[in-house]
Amino acid sequence: MLAVENIRKDFPILSRKVNGKPLVYLDNAATSQTPQQVIDCIVDYYSNYNANIHRGVHTLSQEATDKYEAARQTIQKHFNAQKAHEIIFTSGTTHGINLVANGFSSILKDGDEIIVSTLEHHSNIVPWQMLCERTGASLKVIPMNEQGELVMAEFDNLLSSKTKLVFVNHISNALGTINPIEDIIQKAHQVGAAVLVDGAQACPHIKPDVQALDVDFYVASAHKMCGPTGVGILYGKEAWLNKLPPYQGGGEMIAEVTFEKTTYAELPHKFEAGTPNICGGIAFGAAIDYLNQIGFDNIATYEHELLVYATEKLQEIEGLKIYGTSKHKTSVVSFNLEGIHPYDVGTILDKMGIAVRTGHHCAQPIMDYFKIPGTVRASFAFYNTSSEVDALVEGVKKAQMMLC
Amino acid sequence: MTIEEIQSEIIDEFSMFDDWEERYQYMIDLGKTLPLIEDQYKTEDNIIKGCQSKVWVHADMQNNNVVFTADSDAIITKGIIAILIRVFSNQSPKAIIEANTDFIDQIGLKEHLSPTRANGLVSMIKQLKMYAIAYQTQLQ
Repeated sequence: MLAVENIRKDFPILSRKVNGKPLVYLDNAATSQTPQQVIDCIVDYYSNYNANIHRGVHTLSQEATDKYEAARQTIQKHFNAQKAHEIIFTSGTTHGINLVANGFSSILKDGDEIIVSTLEHHSNIVPWQMLCERTGASLKVIPMNEQGELVMAEFDNLLSSKTKLVFVNHISNALGTINPIEDIIQKAHQVGAAVLVDGAQACPHIKPDVQALDVDFYVASAHKMCGPTGVGILYGKEAWLNKLPPYQGGGEMIAEVTFEKTTYAELPHKFEAGTPNICGGIAFGAAIDYLNQIGFDNIATYEHELLVYATEKLQEIEGLKIYGTSKHKTSVVSFNLEGIHPYDVGTILDKMGIAVRTGHHCAQPIMDYFKIPGTVRASFAFYNTSSEVDALVEGVKKAQMMLC
Repeated sequence: MTIEEIQSEIIDEFSMFDDWEERYQYMIDLGKTLPLIEDQYKTEDNIIKGCQSKVWVHADMQNNNVVFTADSDAIITKGIIAILIRVFSNQSPKAIIEANTDFIDQIGLKEHLSPTRANGLVSMIKQLKMYAIAYQTQLQ
């Protein structure tokens, strides 16, 4: 059982008002809120040991380096990576995906194939299209069904010896569907393809074990896990990371530089050019500690209860249709009111202090499938309550009354 | 009426509303009732794609004034379009080019004209001005 009322006290922002009403924050799939413990960590960094890392001989630099590398170890432990240097700090999920896509441009050749899914976020489609343009490889797409689930039989048909890469999100941002990544990874490996999983939406809800999954690359963002924006990680198997060329040139990523030749630094620094988001990395570690203290089993159980309650209550509203009805989904409800544009619903809800996402959620292929301009998406976190679900339901009813 | 006169009229009308609900209900009703554009002009060429809602704009020159028609797939956006059309349409190109949209702040709808709102309205106003500039060039 979660002591939600106590947990809410950790999040200062949850007590603010919006448009004169208590904030009901249901846009957690876009970004999660930040607990005081993480805010304190950020303040502590800038108040006490702000310095550049890895090259200073002075005390502050040493302290900052120690904390940054300790955060890497916290993250390594959390994702159960075999080695700390398999965790590369990035600016976020999109950066991690681009890093891998760029790396594969020297590996792929004409005729090779990349498989992605219909459920992808734009950030997981565009880099591969660019990669295909550069290399002559082609992009294949796993379709989805009416429930918003991937059609796995089609995936089996798409796989062949030409497949070199498979990219899929662990959980769909627009619909909340949990994809069968274990199955996808195993089948991709059977034809010798590498797999990158976008874990941006999964990591706030579940604790992925990269070794058990046997995944080649896994990316995540801190800001969806109660951490700060502008920082994330790429996990890569050591062998793969050694094989990929550096993504950006600059400080930190070199071992030796002459005008004739530069030798690159060892992992993880090879991929961490320039001064990183030091404070962000350390705060990411603090956010992971915070989430683990609450416990991912507790989070999953509680959020599932909220999802079931919200689904039930919203379905009682006449003319409301929910998109993404898989049995395997996280606490996301994407919906529309019949004959009403999602933007209008979101605007009215905002006036009532309720924050939801509206639009195509950077996942236009999904919206095209359902032939809709977008949806209203309410996404719940462990600090949301059933009375906030009630507020949402009342808000949606009011929007319907005003707009119909 | 001049653009300034229409704007003050709208500010007066909105001052009668007590709260956001009345203001929004008024805009929604505007959005529901007004046919703002003929179907033949709802084309890909006339579309302004916001991330959130789409806006169509068409311009015509009548008696040396620019006549705008426009529409949106979202009703609140359409309501605001109705207000903007009332202000800008049937005015001389010069008046349109010189006009500002400060009155939107005064009627409590500022957030809808924020560039980050991505509803197509900011681009729509730019488009109205572009049409006015084009027609002004024709007149000279």
